[in-house]
Amino acid sequence: MATIQLELDAHEIRRQFPFFQPHPEMRSLIYLDNAATTQKPYAVLDALMNFYAHHNANVHRGAYGVGAKASELFEAARERVARFLNARESAEIIFTRGTTESINLVAASWGGSQLREGDEIIVSEMEHHANILPWMQIARAKGARIVVWRITDEGRLDLDELRRLITERTRMVAVTHISNVLGTINPVADICRIAHEAGALCLVDAAQSAAHLPLDVQALNCDFLAFSGHKAYGPTGIGVLYGKRALLEQMPPYQTGGGMIRKVSWDEVVWADVPARFEAGTPAIAEAIGLHAALDFIDAIGRERIAAQEHALTQYALQRLQEVPDLRLYGPQPDRAGIFAFTLADIHPHDIATVLDSRDIAIRSGHHCAHPLGNRLGAPATARVSLAIYNDTDHIDALIEGLHYVRYVFNV
Amino acid sequence: MIDELYQEIILDHYRHPRGRGTLEEPKIHQEGANPLCGDEVIIELRIADGRIGDIRFSGRGCSISQASASMLVEAVQGKTLPEVHALIQKVYAMIRGESHPDPEEMGDLSALAGVRRFPVRVKCATLPWHTLEEALKTATASPSENLSDSSESLK
Repeated sequence: MATIQLELDAHEIRRQFPFFQPHPEMRSLIYLDNAATTQKPYAVLDALMNFYAHHNANVHRGAYGVGAKASELFEAARERVARFLNARESAEIIFTRGTTESINLVAASWGGSQLREGDEIIVSEMEHHANILPWMQIARAKGARIVVWRITDEGRLDLDELRRLITERTRMVAVTHISNVLGTINPVADICRIAHEAGALCLVDAAQSAAHLPLDVQALNCDFLAFSGHKAYGPTGIGVLYGKRALLEQMPPYQTGGGMIRKVSWDEVVWADVPARFEAGTPAIAEAIGLHAALDFIDAIGRERIAAQEHALTQYALQRLQEVPDLRLYGPQPDRAGIFAFTLADIHPHDIATVLDSRDIAIRSGHHCAHPLGNRLGAPATARVSLAIYNDTDHIDALIEGLHYVRYVFNV
Repeated sequence: MIDELYQEIILDHYRHPRGRGTLEEPKIHQEGANPLCGDEVIIELRIADGRIGDIRFSGRGCSISQASASMLVEAVQGKTLPEVHALIQKVYAMIRGESHPDPEEMGDLSALAGVRRFPVRVKCATLPWHTLEEALKTATASPSENLSDSSESLK
């Protein structure tokens, strides 16, 4: 077996994460479930602690120093996200609870106000439920139609197929940047261009790419883009919706309440400008500040270098997974992200995960919130390994040994 | 520890399930599912003279859920309803680690005790038993029609 030398020292990177430090009462874990959530570096935890310890106040309200500081930190986080995505301005960044809420916001607000009977929304077959169900709901309510963009046998999206599906009735193309099952990296810039040529908009689900690939919303020219903080080394409960300002300005509020109005009387309500219009109630202030620290962590390493490192580790994993007899890997090869869904002989994925867990290796098993894709693959449940920047070739080696052990336990 | 979960008996029931199949009408049909993991167990049975007559299971899922279903079919066939209800409670207690099984009394079912150390797998082991409980509820709710079809789903 050919081993490889990674450019970045993953061991050094793990030293920045409390989760990976030796603990007297806990065994160390090989964590390979990063598509579900990533671990958090000290810098993120410190940012949360520092905020609550020294700057805790509500934002955009208090006429006192700490309140002003809290607002400043919160808005600095928005600026940081705008820079991270290369948005034109921070007003195009809306804080949400996560990717799911971001997409629900667009479906309810944009879809609720713009969709007409007979309109069509194109949704790819490899979407997570979070990029399917909000569209199904609003389509039902509006008499619009969901058009499914089928995947190829290899597990990719074919642009010619999109050109065939798209009509003058298409209003939205909703597509994931990276499949959370197949690891497919979709050509989202091309998809956005094709959508725009037909007069449709394009929403990109970047949940699986934000921490792994460079993202530039102006280069992609997407209309909306969503991602979650917790899959990008940040806290849970904070997510991002990027939207082009001109579109956001036309959209009505998603939720109503405090902080999202200019004035309210019993007779008249004037909504606040974007982004405040879409942030009713007290936002996840500490989490937004934690996300700021997470994006700093990512950019301190550099997204080009992260992408190169994870690509090298992905190639190593692909090569080693092929050594395991009866292992069936889904998704395209070799050009793909570090997400590997597979089955092993007739062993159920939960059993694979349990046996690996007994060897302190954490992987995901199940349907990965993508039932339609599972049905298409003929594999309702799969085991899934997903990589992040702290993973190492040793982790892949331990996984492969673990999979041989699974075969042994099940007498395959 | 992993051997305790995946005992030979469990793997044997998984690979060579007893009573896998379906029944002709009339029958009680009950579906059970664990939507989180996708495990699915369908139990079909008939009750005659206060006892479990024919009983079959179908569905798909992990070795623990399917082996548990296979053991269930073997264990409850011919038992009276009070006996079955008592057995169901004993199985729950054993799987949750609240009691130690008496191998003589529990037979193959003793192997399910290994699940107690794997909290995330408890639901797999109990799914067929919950499904059976639901089936019996349906049966006793309408005793005169306890042979009729009931396709109420747990989903």
